[in-house]
Amino acid sequence: MSLASPRLLRPSEAVWPLLGRPHRLRRRLGTGLALVVGVVMLIWSLLPTYNMLLIALDAEGDTEYSGTLWPAEPTLDSFRVVMAGDYWYLEHFWHKFANSLFIALATMVLTVAIGSLASFALGRMRLARGWLLGNFPVVTYAVPASFLVIPFYRVVREYGLSDSLWSVIAADVTFAAPYAILILHQYARLVPFELDEAAQIDGASPFVVYRSIYLPLMAPALVAVGTFALLFAWNEYLYQYMLLTSDRNMTVAVAIAQFFDADEAPWNHMMAAAIVYALPPVAIFLALRRWTAAGFSLDGPRV
Amino acid sequence: MSSVPSAHPLSLNPGEYPPGRRLQRSELAWALAFLAPYLVVFAAFVVYPVGHGLWIARDPALYAELFADQRYLRTVVNTVLFVGLGVNLMMFAAVLLSGLFVRREWWVRALLAVYLTCWALPAVPAFVSFHWMLIGEQGLVNGLLRELFGVEGPIWFNDRWLALGCNIIAYVWKWMPFWTVVFVAGRMAIPQEIYEAAAVDGATGARRFLHVVFPILANLYLVCTLLATLWTVGDFNTTYLVSIGAPARSSEVLATLGFHYAFDAAQPALGIAATMSALPILVPVALVLMRRLQAGGVQL
Repeated sequence: MSLASPRLLRPSEAVWPLLGRPHRLRRRLGTGLALVVGVVMLIWSLLPTYNMLLIALDAEGDTEYSGTLWPAEPTLDSFRVVMAGDYWYLEHFWHKFANSLFIALATMVLTVAIGSLASFALGRMRLARGWLLGNFPVVTYAVPASFLVIPFYRVVREYGLSDSLWSVIAADVTFAAPYAILILHQYARLVPFELDEAAQIDGASPFVVYRSIYLPLMAPALVAVGTFALLFAWNEYLYQYMLLTSDRNMTVAVAIAQFFDADEAPWNHMMAAAIVYALPPVAIFLALRRWTAAGFSLDGPRV
Repeated sequence: MSSVPSAHPLSLNPGEYPPGRRLQRSELAWALAFLAPYLVVFAAFVVYPVGHGLWIARDPALYAELFADQRYLRTVVNTVLFVGLGVNLMMFAAVLLSGLFVRREWWVRALLAVYLTCWALPAVPAFVSFHWMLIGEQGLVNGLLRELFGVEGPIWFNDRWLALGCNIIAYVWKWMPFWTVVFVAGRMAIPQEIYEAAAVDGATGARRFLHVVFPILANLYLVCTLLATLWTVGDFNTTYLVSIGAPARSSEVLATLGFHYAFDAAQPALGIAATMSALPILVPVALVLMRRLQAGGVQL
């Protein structure tokens, strides 16, 4: 983080003969401050995860009442219970897991497909004129998802989608797509229009331009948006709880929250299930992290 | 195209349309075809449910009933605090922390990976963990307070304001990494020359943040704050899973109250009315957001 070329700062050094190089001192102070903030952020970030592990490894499932900072007899038995679906809230755990995975993957694919098509039409084809039309998907967020769940429940029944995984996928796509379009719209400013025009002059149809120029050049943003949609679906609880009524279509998120219905549930099993449920999105996110950074630019390139 | 005048009428910003050229008819058909899948989703799952909801909750008597209900008024106060404190704390901390995470040292990048797992961690596991961490006198937080400082922590969910505070902390924990990364990307887009010019003029450290970085990020900060406001008003998971509304439903927000009216009190119309009563505030926020998004591209 060189702030300036040393040559330009040298006159000010003469003013501070005792401190020597003030910018070096300041930089050292900056690094010290960064280290302190870093340690605080590390503890802040890891504490809830540590708490999950603490309870999941406990043999009795009542760590929260014993007040220890590490279980007396740590055991992986809770994870065995989850894997085998041995507790009745966790029956058919892998079937529920497959439901969650299906919802997340379908949401990801549909959001990327629908979002990239719409952002191409809005941003590249001069369809949208003015701010009201160009960003209209964002108006969706004026009615938050949780506010819409009751009418959504009735509407989905009219569509013949009650108790269907597709109803949850529809809800997730509905609320992930506006952000996806927004991000793609901003990122598309990096792709020069001359490329589209050159292809058009060569006789390429808009679809060819979309497939051969837009999609390949937008790859980083598409990965970012896909990850966002996947995590969005994995975060979502209310719609899965409301719209999926049968045991066959239950998801892991609903199964975990069910433990709160009981007064004396084995909380260690609950936490073990929560950890297993959290692993795929964290793994996918960390694997794709290098790619996703490019897609976070909400403001577009400005210079 | 854009109603915002560009700073340099002759030199186009990257991604800006050349002036004067209009959409031709065959292109219009293509454009509508591209937009069609989203329009179908928008009509079927936004316009129709919203219209249906407004129609169910059309009776003015419902709103009279709401405003006479102490629980509703208390919930409005909670929601305003949850959103007002939560969003502003989160955004301000995120923009400060983005200054740490633009550093290129190895340990900063490792820390960023750990920090971002908070965002990647699904809401249900994360908030369930917060619930157990803060439950009663024997949760991990009070355990740590006792072991490290010899302090007996409060029973967090026995007090409305403490419970609300816990929800805010949990929400900030989950979503701050996301906004931090947005600000990191925003800072990365600031050209190095601006920093160098600022350093020559003597603006470093806090003064550089105040007079250089923040003015450049101002529009981004506003856009993010508006978007986060809309998302936070609709947040159901935090209150539902961290405090579970305790004590005695006094820490609820609009999203959970609507749910309880509809399913525990079997008054779906009242539940919809409770949530729809926020629309007169949310719709203008969304419109300002759309306006600012358009302005973002032509700054600097």
